Amino acid sequence: MNGYSGHSGLGSALELKGITKAYRRGKDRIPVLNDISLRVSAGEFVTLLGPSGSGKSTLFRLIGGVERPDSGRIFIEGKDTTGQRGLISYMPQQAALFPWLSVADNISSALMTAGTSKKEAKEQAAEWLERIRLGGVAKEYPHVLSGGMQQRVSFLRALLMRRDIMCLDEPFAALDALTRADMQRWLLELWEADRRSVLFVTHSIEEALLLSDRIYVLSPAPATVLSEIVVPFERPRRASVWTDPSFVELKLEVLRLLEQGK
Amino acid sequence: MGNKTLRSFLLPTLALIAFIGVWQAICEIFQIDTFTIPSPWDIAGTMYEDSALLAKHALATMNLALIGLGLGLVFGLVVAVILHLVLPLREALAPFLILSQNVPLIALGPLLMIWFGFGITPKLILLVLVCFFPITLSVLVGLGQAEPQLREYLGMIGASKWERLRRLEFPASLTYLFSGLKIAATYVVSSAIVAEWLGANMGIGYYLNFKWKGFDQPAVFASIVCVIALSLLFYYAVVLAERLVVRWKPRPQGDWKGAST
Repeated sequence: MNGYSGHSGLGSALELKGITKAYRRGKDRIPVLNDISLRVSAGEFVTLLGPSGSGKSTLFRLIGGVERPDSGRIFIEGKDTTGQRGLISYMPQQAALFPWLSVADNISSALMTAGTSKKEAKEQAAEWLERIRLGGVAKEYPHVLSGGMQQRVSFLRALLMRRDIMCLDEPFAALDALTRADMQRWLLELWEADRRSVLFVTHSIEEALLLSDRIYVLSPAPATVLSEIVVPFERPRRASVWTDPSFVELKLEVLRLLEQGK
Repeated sequence: MGNKTLRSFLLPTLALIAFIGVWQAICEIFQIDTFTIPSPWDIAGTMYEDSALLAKHALATMNLALIGLGLGLVFGLVVAVILHLVLPLREALAPFLILSQNVPLIALGPLLMIWFGFGITPKLILLVLVCFFPITLSVLVGLGQAEPQLREYLGMIGASKWERLRRLEFPASLTYLFSGLKIAATYVVSSAIVAEWLGANMGIGYYLNFKWKGFDQPAVFASIVCVIALSLLFYYAVVLAERLVVRWKPRPQGDWKGAST
């Protein structure tokens, strides 16, 4: 059920088929992605796990339509959307909040880009900031916020855009370990309350196992899918799952896969 | 911090007083006649006697400079945005931008008066020409300097070119705009004087020309004082405007005065 079905069936939020991409550097052609096929079902949390520099961000740029693949097709909600922009919501590694907009306006203006009316965008931003207990800083400029708080705002901005697929590109990589663990719990709680289709990128095995329904393990560049892992832990998932013996076992298995892929 | 603000105000004031004091002393000690270098006291006396006239002319100059700066700002912004959006045009027109600043005002001014008469039009053209350049140049840099992460983000969520300009590039270039505007504000008053000098019946430039021909040196210096006062007024008005508009940044601690220390 969860596995890659080979055709764009119903209930698939995102599907990549045979994506290949190379960059030119002078006369050389440097392959980055090699025949990547994967699928995110509606309401599923899928993670791309791979070493740094394995072309994960390039894959996101292709899904976002900022670049086109050399070959292969991208389907969102079953429609071929290869090279089309404006269909995903996105959370980058650096919060990428606009310094001249207040926290609330950062969220509402993104919603307006996605076609929400100004009034509704403002209401939603205020309501949700209140809900994640950031109502007190809604009118502040982002630079007064801590890194973790900025990422919460950035996540909220992606969540509220109401697009068919959320792409989160190593969103916690720049945070310190404690803040990171805190953010993972926070994200888990928020996502489990509102199951959106998520494609998540990380190079942390624990993070991938803690958050996702399925994991695609990628090789170093040129990236190929080494393996697809179904994460068996039940939902709602508790952060304490990482002390579970089966968690450790799975982690070792993934580690072995990554080692072999080198 | 409070101490620093006090110092930054007190030290220049003391330096100015010292400068005027030394000037006065030199004039007294060496008995320099008013015709060569008038003493600060003589200048002050002339300014007092002529105060009504000076005020009238200063107001006219301020008016001219303000309209010139306003038009220069609008024109500078429009040119910057067009050149930013249309790359071939930017490449084609870059030399003309520089060229526009190489034609001396005293050469161009009389020509403009032949073409447009002695009214306000040729003077405004002259001022726009002076003001738009620093604004266009700095805004053009600013528009291209917007943070790559924010650019990438907008690309990923599918913002249009226009949206990118409005939401990212323009706000990001505001600090650049204000540095350009500061330069323009500093030059606009003295350029207005040149324009008035070339042909006008009002303004400090006209007063200066008139007094200079009459060898009235204290009045010439009085005009210079007015020009400096107006220039400072313009400059600090821009500084104030910047503080009101660019509120999202913690105020920069060191400016150019502190750059070498």
